[in-house]
Amino acid sequence: MTIASMQRKYEPRKVQLGPDGQRVATTAMIASLAAEGYDTVAAPFGHALVDAAKKDDKIVGLSADLAKYTDLHIFAQAMPDRFYQMGMAEQLLMSAAAGLAREGFNPFATTYAVFASRRAYDFIAMAIAEENLPVKICCALPGLTTGYGPSHQATEDLAIFRGLPNMTIIDPCDADDIMGMVPQIAAHDGPVYTRLPRGKVPTVLTRHKPDYRFQLGKAQMIREGKDVLIVSTGFMTMRALDAAEKLTADNIDVAVLHVPTIKPFDAETILAEARKGGRLVVTAENHTVVGGLGEAVARTLLTNSVTPRFRMIGLPDEFLEAGALPTLHDMYGLTVDKVAERIKGWL
Amino acid sequence: MTEERRASATSNLSLEQRAWNIRRKALLMGEVQGQGYIGQALGIADILAASYFHALEYRAEDPEWEGRDRFLLSIGHYAIALYSVLMEAGILPEDELETYGMDDSRMPMSGMASYTPGMEITGGSLGHGLGIAVGMALGLKRKVNPAFVFNLMSDGELGEGSTWEAVMSAVQHKLDNLICLVDFNDQQADGKSTAALAQGDELKKWQAFGWHTQRVDGNDLSAVVAAFDEARATDHPGPRVIVFDTRMCKGVDFLETREITHFVRVEADEWSKALAVLEEGKPQ
Repeated sequence: MTIASMQRKYEPRKVQLGPDGQRVATTAMIASLAAEGYDTVAAPFGHALVDAAKKDDKIVGLSADLAKYTDLHIFAQAMPDRFYQMGMAEQLLMSAAAGLAREGFNPFATTYAVFASRRAYDFIAMAIAEENLPVKICCALPGLTTGYGPSHQATEDLAIFRGLPNMTIIDPCDADDIMGMVPQIAAHDGPVYTRLPRGKVPTVLTRHKPDYRFQLGKAQMIREGKDVLIVSTGFMTMRALDAAEKLTADNIDVAVLHVPTIKPFDAETILAEARKGGRLVVTAENHTVVGGLGEAVARTLLTNSVTPRFRMIGLPDEFLEAGALPTLHDMYGLTVDKVAERIKGWL
Repeated sequence: MTEERRASATSNLSLEQRAWNIRRKALLMGEVQGQGYIGQALGIADILAASYFHALEYRAEDPEWEGRDRFLLSIGHYAIALYSVLMEAGILPEDELETYGMDDSRMPMSGMASYTPGMEITGGSLGHGLGIAVGMALGLKRKVNPAFVFNLMSDGELGEGSTWEAVMSAVQHKLDNLICLVDFNDQQADGKSTAALAQGDELKKWQAFGWHTQRVDGNDLSAVVAAFDEARATDHPGPRVIVFDTRMCKGVDFLETREITHFVRVEADEWSKALAVLEEGKPQ
């Protein structure tokens, strides 16, 4: 929602039809990003947490009235005596998780990314991060994954948490990442913020690279290519991989480096790849271009005097529109076609 | 730990004497820095004496002993008062008193768990303590640990929304191992707390949420002790609160009668005068 578009508030509107002639509705809150032609896994976070909790009896789960919408209900059903419903009270959610961690437990606290990063920030900063307590904050609806508008679109969460010392930050791409990540963050003795694809979550990375396994703190090459290096995180790695396939038709050879851990940042791998011969480097993230992956990569390259041609794909520095998710992804350049088109334009 | 400190922690001083010692230590620390939240420290000294020499279970030589009652200082700026009682209890060494607020001190101006033995949480960003207390009380119940969690907060923190999230949650989870202590001195940074956010009948609010409530004179040691006993002994199936009405600067009359503000100004030459006044009122 730009200042200019706010001026249109009093203009009458007509029904908009999609390319197939059907009405386009705002995607429901429970919808996932499954319609991508990939296989899906249902609630991978919930199931992975149950598995981890069977091995670690210190794991407890907490939610602020969003267990069902963060896949934590799977854990709550499997281990009801280890689940705490904290009510619609995110400041309490984080404080209580800190208190449980002080008593030796390994709390997983879930809510939406907007509420953790905006409403509960002071409590995460002072009660959890400053004390380096092992609270795992797992948040659904990262970036632009809902059409509900800015109240639910966490477009700046990575920027907010990148500034917070001690915090490990993860933006997983798919079900492979989530299932690999859960036991690793459970074992991590410090605070973690992870974005959480939920519901029917696609399996992307192992389809493109069968031996891919999530490693906390590591960036990994998913696809090699000699013309362009896309450095991507979250579901934009899925877009990057699909765009890379599409660009083969134009004889453009695109590599994709997946960076699920935003902090600590795997500068070594990024520098090594960026130094390889004359490729255009493009970052791609489901987050504002302010303070996210793109700026982290730019800082890493510049401070190490590595200066390839460099472009950023991400969300604009605006409050985004409400509407149907595919429409919004197209509007803000997060679709496969838009990613491929922009890369062609830059070459 | 030196023999001397262990002796001080286990000697048979009266609570009046403990409270007096806490006030004296706070004044000495204030003198070191030439400033400090001395008004609050003098006001809360009786409650801290009753806490550490009557109500709490702890082991001075092992501040993280699993069986201890947890004492959370939500009000980080009251650290000068807590350091005084931690020294009095033998948890902190008295010979570090003069490091208060200095570089590399274990006693920074605002209380932080990462700096100080016996400091359970990092306070200072107000409205945090009670929520953390809820989590710790839940954790103790999970461990079937009979210890209590005490959260010391100020009346100003009653204005923080997060406090009331925790108030509701403590009842929801039937946390009968949680005791909240509210220092009601009716002063916050810009003036009277009751003039900043309409506070109504404090006890009725907590009662309505389902808490066991008491309100006593926080500078009347026998009333404070009785309230602690009642809070621990009641069979109320939920959390307990004690609202303590306290007087800022209690024990140093010329400061008590000064126009009381959140941060009491004490001139450089007044610290020794304050100590002298306190000396005159030393309990036998």
